[in-house]
Amino acid sequence: MTGKTLTRADLAEAVFQKVGLPRNESADLVELVLKEISRSLERGSPVKLSSFGSFGIREKNERIGRNPKTGEEVPITPRRVLVFRASNIMKERVNTTLTKKNAAS
Amino acid sequence: MIKSELIQRIGTANPHLYQRDVERIVNTILEEIIAALARGDRVELRGFGAFTVKHRAARQGRNPRTGETVFVEEKYVPFFKTGKELRERLNRDYEVSVSSMSTGEG
Repeated sequence: MTGKTLTRADLAEAVFQKVGLPRNESADLVELVLKEISRSLERGSPVKLSSFGSFGIREKNERIGRNPKTGEEVPITPRRVLVFRASNIMKERVNTTLTKKNAAS
Repeated sequence: MIKSELIQRIGTANPHLYQRDVERIVNTILEEIIAALARGDRVELRGFGAFTVKHRAARQGRNPRTGETVFVEEKYVPFFKTGKELRERLNRDYEVSVSSMSTGEG
C-alpha cells in the first residue's frame, strides 16, 4: 500500500487531464458533483451511482447513551445517519488488487 | 437520485457543456476514487466525507444455515465515513421536524 491521501485537487486534476476543461472549471465541477449528492441526501433522497455504490439514509430513534468518562446517562437525540454501500464492482476491484499486491510482496 | 439524474443536474447548471462531457466528468471523478482505493490510497473530501479501505483478517466463519465451519479469507473492503458538515446538514431540518411531530405542532 502506498498510503497516499487524495483530495478534491486530485479529482479536479483528473477531470482536467481526461476531459480537457480548464483547471479552475474542473475544480468547480468536482465541487458541484459533491454538492448535488449532498443536496439530494439532505432532502432525504438516497443517491445511487451505478458501478460505484449507493448513499442511503437511516433514521435513528432516540436512545440512551452514556458518557464513557463519567458514566452519566445522556439521551441521544433522534437523527439521520448516512450509510454508504459500495457496489460489487468497487468491492471487487479494491479487494482483488490489494490482496494480489500483498501476496506478491 | 441516480447517476443519470446527477448528470442531468450538472448539465443544467452548465449549459455550455456537452452532455457527453458531463458524463465523462462524473465518471472520471467516480473512477478516480475507485482507482485510489484499489491502490490502497484514501480519498478525503472535507465537508463531504472520506473513502478508505479497511482490512479484514482471515477468520473461521460459520454457514448460518448448516452450522458448518468455513474458512473466510482475508479481504479489503471500501469504507465511507461521513464528513462533519454533511452529517450536520442531514440533521439540520430533521431534528426540528421530529420534535414538532412529537409535540403535535408544525
